[in-house]
Amino acid sequence: MTSTLADIRARDWRALTRRQLFWPTVILVALLVFNLPFTPNFFNIGLRNGHLFGSLISILYFGTVPILVALGMTLVIATKGIDLSVGAVMAISGAVACRVISDATDQNSMSVVFTAMALALLAAVAAGLFNGFMVAVAGVQPIIATLILLVAGRGVAQLITKGFILTELSQPYAVIGGYAFTVPTGVFIVVGFVAFTALLTRRTALGLLIESVGGNAEASRLAGVRSRRIKMMVYVFCALCAGVAGLWNSSSLGGADANNAGLWIELDAILAVVIGGTPLTGGRFSIGGTVIGALILQTLKTTIFTIGIPAQANMVFEAAVVIIICLLQSPAFRARVVALGRRGRPSPGPQESVEPAAPATVEVAP
Amino acid sequence: MAQDAPVLTMTGISKDFPAVRALDEVDFRLFPGEIHALLGENGAGKSTLIKVLTGVYELDRGEVELDGASVRISNPHHAQQLGISTVYQEVNLCPNLTVAENIFLGREQVSGPLIRSRRMRHQAAELVAAFGLNIDVSAQLGSFPLAIQQLVAIVRAVDLNRANADGRSRTGVGTKVLILDEPTSSLDRDEVDILFGVMRRLRDAGVAILFVSHFLDQIYEICDRMTVLRNGKLVGEHMVADLDRVGLVRLMLGRELQELEKLEEHDLAGTGTTVLRANGLGRKRSIAPFDLEIGAGEVVGLAGLLGSGRTELARLLFGADQADSGKLELRGEPASLRRGPEAAIARGIAFCPENRKEEGLIPELTVRENIILAMQAARGWARPIPRDRVDQLVNKYIAALDIRPADPEVMAGSLSGGNQQKVLLARWIITSPTLLVMDEPTRGIDVGAKAEIQKLVVSLAGDGVAVLYISAELDEVLRLSHTVGVLRDRTLVARLTNGPDLTVDQIMQTIARGGQS
Repeated sequence: MTSTLADIRARDWRALTRRQLFWPTVILVALLVFNLPFTPNFFNIGLRNGHLFGSLISILYFGTVPILVALGMTLVIATKGIDLSVGAVMAISGAVACRVISDATDQNSMSVVFTAMALALLAAVAAGLFNGFMVAVAGVQPIIATLILLVAGRGVAQLITKGFILTELSQPYAVIGGYAFTVPTGVFIVVGFVAFTALLTRRTALGLLIESVGGNAEASRLAGVRSRRIKMMVYVFCALCAGVAGLWNSSSLGGADANNAGLWIELDAILAVVIGGTPLTGGRFSIGGTVIGALILQTLKTTIFTIGIPAQANMVFEAAVVIIICLLQSPAFRARVVALGRRGRPSPGPQESVEPAAPATVEVAP
Repeated sequence: MAQDAPVLTMTGISKDFPAVRALDEVDFRLFPGEIHALLGENGAGKSTLIKVLTGVYELDRGEVELDGASVRISNPHHAQQLGISTVYQEVNLCPNLTVAENIFLGREQVSGPLIRSRRMRHQAAELVAAFGLNIDVSAQLGSFPLAIQQLVAIVRAVDLNRANADGRSRTGVGTKVLILDEPTSSLDRDEVDILFGVMRRLRDAGVAILFVSHFLDQIYEICDRMTVLRNGKLVGEHMVADLDRVGLVRLMLGRELQELEKLEEHDLAGTGTTVLRANGLGRKRSIAPFDLEIGAGEVVGLAGLLGSGRTELARLLFGADQADSGKLELRGEPASLRRGPEAAIARGIAFCPENRKEEGLIPELTVRENIILAMQAARGWARPIPRDRVDQLVNKYIAALDIRPADPEVMAGSLSGGNQQKVLLARWIITSPTLLVMDEPTRGIDVGAKAEIQKLVVSLAGDGVAVLYISAELDEVLRLSHTVGVLRDRTLVARLTNGPDLTVDQIMQTIARGGQS
């Protein structure tokens, strides 16, 4: 009797751990709880200056850019591509918006702000069309094709800002990177974009066709899938997401810094996608996973700050944690740890506590 | 020639793979100074035998003797040391290096830390000249046609053995056996002549050459002896002069006695209006210009050996490859497939490719997603097929084709070959095609599934679908087709009307002789 009960529990447990979002969620919750001993009021949310305030709110606030960029990156990676130019596109978008606003006589005019945003997003879409053209039509490898804009894009942004940090003082524009109805505006933008992307890919056939192209490009072609058009769309969408992230970034800073806006964001975005369970080899993607992956990275950055890691050690600490997360997600590594454990030689150090989490099936690679 | 003792004797060679016995008690021998053809259709065991011989695979049972001494070939390097050299279809050299550098790659002549380039160039020039080649050895290998690159590979392989034999390596010997795996498949006639010249030279020097080719004419031109494999078994070793082409084709194809359900005689006369008409359609180096007509409800079977252009012909009709000559008419109207498969599908053409895994299935997607893919692609991404319609279609065809497991949500990659093929068929059937092109739909699947697929073809034709059916099994082609097109050396050589008089033997004769004479 007891054995059957145990069997059922084991089976339920296994079914649960096989859920795609299970392990990313566990890691996120663990990271959040980890903060409690260091910051007892970590989960407190207060009201200050008419808007919400607290560590969780700050994670959401600063999570806007990584989530948005990772969202677009997810679809690109699902087609077996990659987009390295997202940071540069952010810089371009912010630069265009700030240029339009700072050149206007009345910076607070709504029409000026809307024109600025429209032109900025148009610039982002143009960048996406360029990437899409290079990959889908010219047949350049995605990593090379988008490397071009990674380098050239920042140059374009600097031309737009004429090499200065371009400041603007528009109040309506500040709302994007600020607060609306006591909540960070970024939260609304992110929720809207995530919902839109989910609907776009899962309520239409776009998701299926994206996965089909990423899964087997030649078979898709022979089944009549217009893979060029699909690839074009995902690169444009990815650039659009980066463009919106660029607007948020410049708005929250009150200006455009062509050199630093979105610097290294492509790496965070790729990492978030992979942590969220979308394999770099294409074929399957998880939007929910990507959101959680980006939140894990943002929580990690906040944690480093709140537990008081010295500033010089930030990068090293972050890298170490990311390595551990990636190892955890690697089936080959987990199999090794399990095998080591079976030999009755428990692996030393932190890995020991990590080991029970090993039989996870978050799919990092097929 | 070749009356001495064999240089190589393989006895009772067996090799098992999961679920397949690739080689079953095969005997094989090679004599010094002969060119020996190894023949067989896909899956006959040719590559496995070569891989056992070159140490890529370890044999499960059997004995290999080289010069009378029993050897156990453990890896390709060992094979090389024993004097067994291989040149593969794809040249495994560096196209960015010069001919001389390639020949001496890994054993460059040095004085101290410096490479003696001039001396290497000089020696390389002498070597290629000795093979009757007149090329500039300081030019990049990649700048030469494929045939020359292959010859350089042969020069390198043979010289490597000679250098070993000269005592640099104590275990080394000169080339005893040279294996040429499909060296001519991408060469044109002049290039083949150059290659054959080199092969004859080596043969006369006493090297045993194992030659694999799909071109029967070439076998009869250059080879002295041949060994035929079928389904992993040895079916015969003959002197080329003693066996005519018909006999050879019969040996290669065999006549499979299958317990297939007898298909009811379908109405051979009942073909309707012309669906497809090809006039001089062709593609260079792929398939010679051909004329073909397929009517509604007609099954046209294509017969021919592997590499005879069956697949190439099919791919032109689907726009998977672009024709560079000729015209195509669909239902009486000129049709261009310049936009590729997309355009073909829009005109009602469906295509089940030969390589299910690489060109058909999307393994990461579910059975449901794979089945609706072509239909969905034709509708565009913005008009998803309503979910209840999807479920209805998918469930209907999972049941009708008996796809197992009968679960639309399993990954297609996890299905068996036969079930994967049924998924692909379902994908096309729901698009209601007017022309269905099937390339080897029954290869590698079990007899039961085979019979079901054949029945399906008959019933589709009964519903007025035009079918182009490619199969290596002549019985199958004969059973299903109204008309049989015969291909040989990338040319459609004959169109035979099926009837009580047409037999498998006649098809074999046509394959062997070409045309009806």
